[in-house]
Amino acid sequence: MATTDSFRIDPRSGLQYHRQAETLIKVNAVAGVVFLLLGGILALLVSLTRVPGLHVLDAARFYMVLTAHGIDMLIFWLLFFEIAILYFCASTLLRSRLAAPRWGWLAFALMLIGAVTTNVAVFQGQSSVMMTSYAPMQAHPAFYLGLILFAVGGLIGCFIFLGTLVIAKAEKTYEGSIPLVTFGALTACIIAIFTIASGAIILIPTFLWSVGYVQHIDALMYRVIWWGLGHSSQQVNVAAHISVWYAVGAIVFGAKPMSEKVSRTAFLLYILFLQLACAHHLLSDPGLSSEWKILNTSYFMYFAVLASMLHGLTVPGSMEVAQRKKGYTRGLYEWLRKAPWGNPVFSSIFLSIIGFGFLGGISGVMMGTEQLNMLIHNTIYVPGHFHATVVIGTTLAFMGLTYFLLPSLFNREVAFSRIAQWQPYVFSAGMYTLALTLMGAGTLGVPRRHWDIGFSGTALPYEYPGAAYLMMTLMGISAVVAFIGGGMYIFVTVWSILFGKRLDEGQRQPRPTPLRLPVSEAIEGHGGGAGVLEARGTFALALVFLAAFVLYYFINWKYLGSVWGIN
Amino acid sequence: MSSILPPAKRIWWKEPVEKLEVWWIVIAFLWALVLFFMMPYWHVFGKQNLSNEAYRISAEHFQRKTQEMVDKYTVRTETDQNIPVVQPPAGSDVYLIARLWQWWPILELEKDKTYRLHLSALDYQHGFSLQPENINLQIVPGYEMVVTITPNKSGSFAVVCNEYCGIGHHQMVSRMYVKQSDGENGNGHD
Repeated sequence: MATTDSFRIDPRSGLQYHRQAETLIKVNAVAGVVFLLLGGILALLVSLTRVPGLHVLDAARFYMVLTAHGIDMLIFWLLFFEIAILYFCASTLLRSRLAAPRWGWLAFALMLIGAVTTNVAVFQGQSSVMMTSYAPMQAHPAFYLGLILFAVGGLIGCFIFLGTLVIAKAEKTYEGSIPLVTFGALTACIIAIFTIASGAIILIPTFLWSVGYVQHIDALMYRVIWWGLGHSSQQVNVAAHISVWYAVGAIVFGAKPMSEKVSRTAFLLYILFLQLACAHHLLSDPGLSSEWKILNTSYFMYFAVLASMLHGLTVPGSMEVAQRKKGYTRGLYEWLRKAPWGNPVFSSIFLSIIGFGFLGGISGVMMGTEQLNMLIHNTIYVPGHFHATVVIGTTLAFMGLTYFLLPSLFNREVAFSRIAQWQPYVFSAGMYTLALTLMGAGTLGVPRRHWDIGFSGTALPYEYPGAAYLMMTLMGISAVVAFIGGGMYIFVTVWSILFGKRLDEGQRQPRPTPLRLPVSEAIEGHGGGAGVLEARGTFALALVFLAAFVLYYFINWKYLGSVWGIN
Repeated sequence: MSSILPPAKRIWWKEPVEKLEVWWIVIAFLWALVLFFMMPYWHVFGKQNLSNEAYRISAEHFQRKTQEMVDKYTVRTETDQNIPVVQPPAGSDVYLIARLWQWWPILELEKDKTYRLHLSALDYQHGFSLQPENINLQIVPGYEMVVTITPNKSGSFAVVCNEYCGIGHHQMVSRMYVKQSDGENGNGHD
C-alpha cells in the first residue's frame, strides 16, 4: 500500500499531491474540459442561429442543440470540474490521502455514463425539452436516467470530499481550522448535496412518469422542486468559484483573508440562505403567495447578497493588502497597476470578479425582485444574467485556475504562453459584450429559447424594435469572439497536457508532511483594527459598484411604474 | 498565512476586523434592507403587483369559461383561422387561453379601464409576454391565474409566447387591442 499512498511534492508550488487524488483530479478536470469543448461548439451554433436573418440551424435542430448546450455547460462541464476542485481542496490543501479512491472512480464512471446517456438522448432528437425539462413536456426516459446517474456520481464525490476532511482531521495532517478555501469548498459541497437531493426528489418521479409508472406530474410542483436543483446548482458554482478566487489570491500574491471571521461568515450565510433563491424562477408564477415570494427571493432579507458583497470586497481587498505589503503603496491603485496582468491565472480571476459583480450580481438582484421580475421573466435578459455569473464568474475563474494546475498538477509547462496570456482578455471581451447585449435585448422584450423573433409565416407577427435586432447582431459577433477565446483556452490546455514540455515532478514520499502552524505567524501578522486603511483602493471600487447597483436598481422601478397597472 | 493554509492564528474568530471591512458590512447590510423593503413598499404604493389569486382548474373547465365569454362578446374574427376578437365590458372577467401554438381569443380592451384577466394553459407551460410593454407572466397548465389589468396606453399590443413549448413555439404570437375610452375619443392620442 506504500506506493498507492504515496505523496508527490510539487517543486513549484510546494503542494503535496496524494497519488490517487492526483489522478482523480486530473480525469475529472479533463472530462469537464471535454464537455466545455462540446458545449462551446453548440454555443456557437445557438448564438449564430439567433442572429437575425442568419438561422444556421433549422428550428428543430436549434431547440435540440440549445437543450444540449445548456446541460453540457451548466451541469456537466461545471460539475466535473467542481468535483476536481473538491478533491483538490480536501486532499491536496490538507495534505491528506483521499477517502475511498475506488469510490471516486465509481463516481467518475457514473457521472461519465450519465452525461453520455443524456447527450445521446438529446441528440437522438426525442428530448428537446431544454435544460429545465418542464413537465408536462416529456423527454425520452434516457434523458432523465442520465441525469440521475450523473447526480448519484456527484453525490458520491461529495461524500468522498467529506470523508477526506474526516481523515485529515483524524490523521492530524493539519493544525487548527481548515483553510478558508477548503471552507468555501465545504460550502459548495453542502449546497451540492441539497441540490442533488432536490434533483432526486423531482427527477426520479419524472423518470417514472416518462416510462409510464406515474400518472401525472403537477407542472407547478415540478417547477418548485426542479429549481431546487436548477438554481442551487448555480449556487454550487458561486461557492466554488469564490473559493477559487481566494485560492488564486493566495497562489499569486500569497494573500491571506482580510479577516477569516468575515469571509467564513459570508460562506456560512450562503449555506443558510442562498438556496432560497430557487424562488427567483417562480416570481411570475400562479399559485405562490407574495409573502412566500418576497421572503424567498430575498434570501431572507438579502443575506446572501450581503455575503456576495463581502466576498466582492475581501477577495480583491486581500490582494491589495498583500500587494501593499510588497511595497506597492502609492496612491489608491499602484497595487492594481503593478499586478501581474500578463499572468493568465491572475487576469482571469480579476476579470471574473469584476464581471460577476457588476454584470451578474446587479442584474441578478434586479431580476430577483418580485415585481421587477415581470419585466424580464423568460426574456433573453435571463441568459444575459447567467452568462455573466456562470461564464464570466465561474468558467473564467476555472480557466484561470487551470493555468496554475497545468504546471502544478499536470507537470507541464503552459504551451503557447503568448496565447495563454491573451486568452482571458479575448474571452472576456466576448463574454462581457455578450452578456450586456443579451440583457439589452431582453430589456426590449426579446424572448429566450426562441428560434425566430421575426415570426415569419405567422398571421399576426410582432416587430421588435430595431435596437433589439442590433443587440442580437452584436450578440452574435461577441459570441464568435468568446468562442475564439474559449477555443484558445482549450487549445492551450489540451496541447500542454498532450505535448507540453514535461516539468520536474518533484519528490515522492510515502507520507505527507503535515501542515504545522509557524509559531511566529500565530502570534503576529496583520489583523486589522489598527485603523490602517489597507484596502482603501478596493473600498473605493466597492463604492463605485454600489453606486452602479443603486442607480440601475431604481431605474428599473421607474420603468416598472410606467407600464400597465396590474394587481 | 494565506487563504490556502489553515488560519495562522488558532483563535481566528477573535481577531479584530479591519475598519473598512466593518464599514462595508454596515453599508451592504443597509442596502440589503432597502432591497428587501422595496417589495412590500411596492405592494402598498405601487401599481404593478402580481395578485395572489390563482385556482386549480382543468383544461376543459377553463376552455368552457373562455368559450362563454367568446360567445357573448365576439365582435369580429381575424386571420384565416378566424380567431374571434372579443370586446368584453369594462370591469368584467376576461379569459385568454394559451395552447400549442396559439393564443385564443384576441381581446379588445379599453384604455384606463380595469379587467380581471384569467390566464391558463391547456397543454404545456407557456409564457405570456405583452409587447412592447414587456410584461411577462408564467402560465402553468392546471392553474388559473387571475390578474387585474389596467391598460394605460392604447394601440395594438403583441402577445408573444416566451416559454419554450415545442417546435411551434416561435410561431405562437397574437394581439391584444386597447381602444381609447369613449370619453377620450378624438383626443389625438395614438
